Amino acid sequence: MIGEIPARLVLVAAGVLAPFVPVAARGALGVAAPLLALAQLVWIGPGYRLEVEAFGTALTIVRTDALSLAFGYVFAIAACLNGIYSWHVRRGVEQPAALIYAGAAMAAIFAGDLLSLFVFWEVSAVASALVIWAGGTQAAYRAGMRYLAVQLGSGMLLAAGAALRYADTGSLAFDAIGLASPGGVMLLAAFGIKCAFPLLHNWLQDAYPEASASGTVVLSAFTTKIGIYALARGFAGEELLVYVGVTMAVFPIFFAVIENDLRRVLAYSLNNQLGFMVVGIGLGTELGLNGAVAHAFADILFKGLLFMSMGAVLLRVGTVKATELGGLHKSMPWTTVLCIVGAASISAFPLFSGFATKSMIMASAAQEGYTVIWFLLLFASAGVFHHAGIKIPFFAFFAHDSGKRCEEAPAHMLIAMTLAAALCIGIGVFPAALYSVLPMPTSYDPYTAAHVLAQLQLLIFSALAFSWLMRNGIYPPELRSVNLDSDWLYRGLGLRLALISNSAYQSISAAIADRVITAGRMGAAALERLHGTRGFFAGTSASGSMAISIMLMLLAFLLSYYFA
Amino acid sequence: MSWFDHPRNVTRLYRGLWIVGGALVLADLVVHRHAETAFDGWFGFYGVYGFVACVALVLAAKLLRRVVMRPEDYYDR
Repeated sequence: MIGEIPARLVLVAAGVLAPFVPVAARGALGVAAPLLALAQLVWIGPGYRLEVEAFGTALTIVRTDALSLAFGYVFAIAACLNGIYSWHVRRGVEQPAALIYAGAAMAAIFAGDLLSLFVFWEVSAVASALVIWAGGTQAAYRAGMRYLAVQLGSGMLLAAGAALRYADTGSLAFDAIGLASPGGVMLLAAFGIKCAFPLLHNWLQDAYPEASASGTVVLSAFTTKIGIYALARGFAGEELLVYVGVTMAVFPIFFAVIENDLRRVLAYSLNNQLGFMVVGIGLGTELGLNGAVAHAFADILFKGLLFMSMGAVLLRVGTVKATELGGLHKSMPWTTVLCIVGAASISAFPLFSGFATKSMIMASAAQEGYTVIWFLLLFASAGVFHHAGIKIPFFAFFAHDSGKRCEEAPAHMLIAMTLAAALCIGIGVFPAALYSVLPMPTSYDPYTAAHVLAQLQLLIFSALAFSWLMRNGIYPPELRSVNLDSDWLYRGLGLRLALISNSAYQSISAAIADRVITAGRMGAAALERLHGTRGFFAGTSASGSMAISIMLMLLAFLLSYYFA
Repeated sequence: MSWFDHPRNVTRLYRGLWIVGGALVLADLVVHRHAETAFDGWFGFYGVYGFVACVALVLAAKLLRRVVMRPEDYYDR
């Protein structure tokens, strides 16, 4: 039966098989395998466990419950949309790597113990690095290397944390963890890297925009959401996360406003959306946790849609730099409309998905008395509309006409974007369908007159602020530039320290070598003096002097014997 | 030429947005807002907050540029 085969294996197997399938059938494989996995998840439902005995302990390699299934469903949907969107990508490593990546991500979600989690954590890290490298540029290669180093670092922390926990508790079970033990702290750090916590975040903005048009769409769905899932499983209700989350929600929007690469803008806004989810997890309430899961579900779809629209622009125009774009609504009207649907969803316009999901987290923060946090989240909400909701569509499709004319996005991309857009609107209009797959039953209703009015006021006046700043020339112009972020610590400072320490090492080792060589030369000279052709020891001496020296020796012996 | 190429249309759009915004603030008089915190029950709170927050965001980001902006090939040198 289909239920007997672990769901993730369908995708992993498809990924492994993909290079051997005729090129013509690979596109269909990339769409069919995720659909099969989705059907299987629906078939299995909650409460399924698959345990095996390995390494002298019982491992739960599959565990389905409401929390893991919610993520599993959306991962399968995202993998399917990615399959449609990247229909044209059939040669090379990207498609197989993307399938294995999606499969490993699902496997990590369904892992019931920390060891299984670690294995799939690492498989997904390596597969996703392959997706980045498939971008094919030198920049993609280097960014992929940095990305892989960070991801494997997260894996090391996970392994160490799991080992410490095993030593402490004698169990590898992956349930609520808490911060009482050093193992727990290490696991939080491992999950924190995947969730892009502040200062651990920059792999995201560094690497994602370097992948191919379709690669970035694939990447945006999984890695960070594995982190969110693991956090929700292990650290729900940990108050620290409220403060970490709100920092994540606020600081990336400043960078997003001044960033020129529109896919990097989206990476910053992805970071900002993760912040909302982390706050929800930190609150740990029914509304907060449900909100975090619901928002992760919605985010995978609308962020995927936004990355898809920018991918289509990249494919057709060859760049997504705001300085190079503008006026593309004339060439790509459908992509423009679909991008605006994604923008409205991330901005939480009523009738779009973000409205039904983000508000759960905000409402929970207010109910729990976190007034300052609530204000900051409201600021971040206005900010996300500003940079993702307006900036992305405005600079790509409107603004001043760049004069660039191109074809509309290819049909398969439009189909994938239309499906994603339909899901975004579907969740916005019928949120109850999404609420029914959340970890806990909820009676939350986003569509109160007060909430709709409040949100519309917030958004319309944010839009007015943007237009007012634009029309008065206050809005900062797009400039060709890079902005330093925490990656400067290793790409700038770290590199310089490495170069300095390298040159210091070079000069110190040269100095040491110099001394050694000088000392060696001096030693050789001394040897030469004593043993060389004219040296003392090389000379022959008369036998008489030998007799005298023996006599002196005997005398010394006699004297010492006499006095002793 | 598209509809958006005419500055007159863009100005109309802009003014229309202000009218919509004004109408939404006036709607505060009609709709009873069940406030979540001590502040958001105030008349026009969300509109004012949204506007001020976005202007503050952009001005702060302009300042941030002075600190973090570098030439495009900064990391390649």
